[in-house]
Amino acid sequence: MKNVPITELAHVIRSKNSGPFELTFDIIFKDDQSFDLAIKSGVFTPQLFAGLYKIPVDKVLGVIEYPPARAIKATIARIRPAGSLGETDVYGAQQHAPLLTINVPVE
Amino acid sequence: MRKLTVLSPTAILGYGFPKQSFLEGLAHNPDVIGVDAGSVDPGPYYLGAGVSFTDRAAVKRDLALILPEALKRKIPLMIGTAGGSGASVHLAWNREIIEEIAAEQNLSFKMAVIPADIDKEYLLANLDKTTPLGPLPALTAKDVQDSTHIVAQMGWEPYSQALEQGADVVLGGRTYDPAVFAALALKLGFPSGPALHMGKILECAAIAAEPGSGRDCMVGILDEEGFTLFPTSPERRCTVKSVAAHSLYEKSNPWLLPGPGGALDLSNTRYQQVDERTVRVTGSAYVKKDYAIKLEGSRLIGFRTLAIAGVRDPIFISQLQQVLDQVRSAVKDNFEESANYSLEFKVYGLNGVMGDLEPNPVPGHEVGIIIDAVAGTQEEANTICSFCRSTLLHYGYEGRIATAGNLALPYSPSDVPAGAVYEYCIHHLLPSEPNFFKPEFMEVGKR
Repeated sequence: MKNVPITELAHVIRSKNSGPFELTFDIIFKDDQSFDLAIKSGVFTPQLFAGLYKIPVDKVLGVIEYPPARAIKATIARIRPAGSLGETDVYGAQQHAPLLTINVPVE
Repeated sequence: MRKLTVLSPTAILGYGFPKQSFLEGLAHNPDVIGVDAGSVDPGPYYLGAGVSFTDRAAVKRDLALILPEALKRKIPLMIGTAGGSGASVHLAWNREIIEEIAAEQNLSFKMAVIPADIDKEYLLANLDKTTPLGPLPALTAKDVQDSTHIVAQMGWEPYSQALEQGADVVLGGRTYDPAVFAALALKLGFPSGPALHMGKILECAAIAAEPGSGRDCMVGILDEEGFTLFPTSPERRCTVKSVAAHSLYEKSNPWLLPGPGGALDLSNTRYQQVDERTVRVTGSAYVKKDYAIKLEGSRLIGFRTLAIAGVRDPIFISQLQQVLDQVRSAVKDNFEESANYSLEFKVYGLNGVMGDLEPNPVPGHEVGIIIDAVAGTQEEANTICSFCRSTLLHYGYEGRIATAGNLALPYSPSDVPAGAVYEYCIHHLLPSEPNFFKPEFMEVGKR
């Protein structure tokens, strides 16, 4: 068993609003093998995203596998509606950095 | 097998497109040209204040190229979510641009305008029928009363009706993005699943190509079983991955994409590379559900003044949080009576981008600070920002050795009144019917 950094498996890692009340993350893998490794690893759970963003697990609204694009998508409730007082990122386009620290355990 | 060709020149009206790409798109003899002109992404200000987030000159540039070509070739031009947010004030703004172009280029045509505004009295009477769309509270009468403009997303039906009644140009208020691309096809009886799925991709123009671009054109050709897609610029191509990945973009669930009268179900969708630049998509289904429209509204919460400053002193930076807390207290102490304001520090180089979500809040060797004051009037916000800036500039923090001033202020004047601040307060569903929104017809230019 070894840990492979997510950046070696994925070629797109991004965040963006999905409407003003949700923030969605896309991890798109380089090839079928990388995607399969990621799925089989079992690390992509609501708990993973809750931990990375230090939010309660019930604020993770879904984690979805999407084979047509070799992608894993997770969506969380925004801390505040986009553009409200306290906003730091109206479009939600720069909230992905914690995802870059994910390690995928591989047999 | 009958076919219907749809041209999408640009991801958002005003984002532009290379003229050559547009001409190449026209060479494919489109049956309709669709343009999505709006988005909620730029935030609550634009709907609330009735202002477009796109630039007037840029919108005029795009339309001045598209409109004459569409009319000359008798291709209906469909524009959705006019003026960025699609309230009547945004519609009027976009309509004026169209009329200006018509006068300048001596064009005449029949135009349909479809308002998307929701009457407050009507909504108050139907408040108990609304449901939150996402993680937000139930709609209250106060949310409705406070909103400056309330719009709802119309479906393809009023566009179809406008075409039925002979409109050359259809300018709609807030609209479900795929509607302008799918309306003609659905009027002609093409299957809903492929028509709406194609619209869902075309609304972002060449973003679903490789390399992706929001300012380049895409063509979709619909038939009875599916559709094919290709970008018009030779430097881009559609790939199975680029097209399939598009259903992830800005959406919570790539398998099921909801709209006003149903949802696009992509669980049996197949993507196939036809040639190097073309992808065929089949199997997309449309699942009907009770008709409901998405309401959007935002309200004024105050006025903002901000100041931008830099800090390079390591002693200051080592106790950054304490210094900012102490200055915040000093402002509070000085303006105890007018407690109705918000004061924030955005600290770049610490957690300015992610705020509370930042996992690694460690300051760099220098930090940038935005002093962000919001209060009931612009004058009050100016006062809070000014007092905070001067206090922070000269604050005698523990161990200070640079006693001439704590901030590097890049600008004079240092404080920037940023105007009205809005917040989203309506993002709810309301049961409705397909013909809730009505096109209004007018002749533009001389006939």
